[in-house]
Amino acid sequence: MDTNDITVMSSPVDLKPEDFRKIGSDEKQAEVIQRESLSAWRDAWRRLRANKMAMTALGVLGLIVIAAIVGPMISKYNYYSNDLLNTNQKPSAEHWFGTDDLGRDMFVRTWYGARISLIVGLAAAMIDLFIGVIYGGIMGYFGGRVDNIMNKFSEILYAIPYLLVTILLLVVMEPSLPTIILALTITGWINMSWIVRGEIMQLKSREFVLASRSMGAGWRRLLFRHLLPNAMGPIIVTVTLSVPNAIFAEAFLSFLGLGVQAPIASLGSMINDALTGWLYYPWRMLFPAVLISLTMLSFNIFGDGLRDALDPKLKK
Amino acid sequence: MARYIANKLFYTLVSLFILISATFFLMKAIPGNPFMSEKKVPVAIQERLYEQYGLNKPVYQQYFKYLGDIAQGDFGISMKKINQDVSTIIGDTFTASLKLGLVAIVVSVIVGVTLGLLAALYHRRLIDNIAMVVAVLGIAVPSFVIASLLQFVFSSKLHMFPTMGFKGPMYYVLPVTALAAQPIAFIARLTRSSMLEVLHADYIKTAKAKGLRWYAILFKHVIRNGILPIVTYLGPMTANIVTGSVVIEQIFGIGGIGKQFVQAIGVRDYPVIMGITIFYGILLMVARFLTDVAYVFVDPRIKLSGGKED
Repeated sequence: MDTNDITVMSSPVDLKPEDFRKIGSDEKQAEVIQRESLSAWRDAWRRLRANKMAMTALGVLGLIVIAAIVGPMISKYNYYSNDLLNTNQKPSAEHWFGTDDLGRDMFVRTWYGARISLIVGLAAAMIDLFIGVIYGGIMGYFGGRVDNIMNKFSEILYAIPYLLVTILLLVVMEPSLPTIILALTITGWINMSWIVRGEIMQLKSREFVLASRSMGAGWRRLLFRHLLPNAMGPIIVTVTLSVPNAIFAEAFLSFLGLGVQAPIASLGSMINDALTGWLYYPWRMLFPAVLISLTMLSFNIFGDGLRDALDPKLKK
Repeated sequence: MARYIANKLFYTLVSLFILISATFFLMKAIPGNPFMSEKKVPVAIQERLYEQYGLNKPVYQQYFKYLGDIAQGDFGISMKKINQDVSTIIGDTFTASLKLGLVAIVVSVIVGVTLGLLAALYHRRLIDNIAMVVAVLGIAVPSFVIASLLQFVFSSKLHMFPTMGFKGPMYYVLPVTALAAQPIAFIARLTRSSMLEVLHADYIKTAKAKGLRWYAILFKHVIRNGILPIVTYLGPMTANIVTGSVVIEQIFGIGGIGKQFVQAIGVRDYPVIMGITIFYGILLMVARFLTDVAYVFVDPRIKLSGGKED
């Protein structure tokens, strides 16, 4: 940026007084909008599009989502049928990703598992978003004693290690898709609530809020119409980055036998299943492991790109 | 200052109390008890058993007894391993986990800081790019994938390191690498951005202007200031390494607490699950508390503002 300015200033062009013309100040001309005006969102999108890494990550995520939806449909196999005559087959024309220890088709299971992992990740992120925005919004907007009490409460909850609570809950409740998502969100929303709280606290003293308030807007209008939309950037970034965390947490739970239960598969549970004897049947580990890493990688890169695009000030 | 620490200590204790209570009541919420079995046991024997384990008392009395026991370091008796105290199980297996964890923490900090520092010093050059690729991979690839991959390549194919066990220095290499990968990635990113900030600060320009040698600037100014944010990460890192060790111990067959935890969950050995959960809870909360306190000592600027208020 700086270097550009310097080169323009020092460019060796011979300028004579004749080259200049007095135009005065014409108020009408001052009002003319020379360039198409860009909303903050379009501006952010423009910055995001210029970020090749982030766009690649977005593309990869898109492909993974499509494959997770379509993959299990186009195969003639399903994710639960055993075929004990064809166990631990290598990848072939018949079974593209091979088969597992019960002869189930790995291609279908991998994409089906990706579907479950994505569902867990997205659902957990959405619930975190919902609770976090409401809780954080109330803390940030009302401030004072309300904020103090609610913040203390969330701090106490947050100090309890996240995965321990999740493990405890799942030991008591039988692991299933809804209980896993519930267990993952039990303290997962706190981070989001703090982000929202911080944003709202900064925004509520700004002039446009004062303007709206002086025109008689109630707290609902202020919060949902002015404060939250303006806090959207950090919220979206936090959601994007919390999806891979939930996917990883589910994989970790699968490892403890507290993830989704067979025959349902998630990428984590497949990796866990593959661990026994994977030195002999590496493909059973390879496909789910590559896919989960790729998914988490893409979410992380895309989230970073999103943060840079939405808040250029933060860019390092 | 003292108030800040007392405050933090109070909240840590409250959180710990909630975790212990939650553990107790959640376990009570599970239908049945250890001595209900399909086989008909004579009522008299069952009552004797209940009496011995205090199960005939009201729940609140059991609760207070449980709190008292834990305060004395008694976590009860394993349900599956005959005549084994949970405390003994934890005590016997803690050493291996501690060794593994401490080595992983030391490696994480040294490698992470070095990587981040190099990335910052060679900003937007090859080393920076390599370091950031390593960092992104470390964050994105789950530790059990890294562990399996290391095991496959370095012990199964190349036979450079032992696959299983925990007997000598060679046995540390692979588990520590797998365990430290994620913390290294976080620390490298944190160090890099913090060092970049410091490198652009005015006092570095001053130091250069007055003709200080580069190593003096680096060690006296850049590293000392840039290292501060790493202190905040020490708490989360402990959590990261503890949860990571649960998986890594299993994969590399290391007889630590993590392995006991996985086994106990597998057979639903409730007293062991509760004991290890609370043990981990205490460990992690103490680590977080120490991090909070350490940060005040390391960064004098915090004292003025009187604690953490955004």
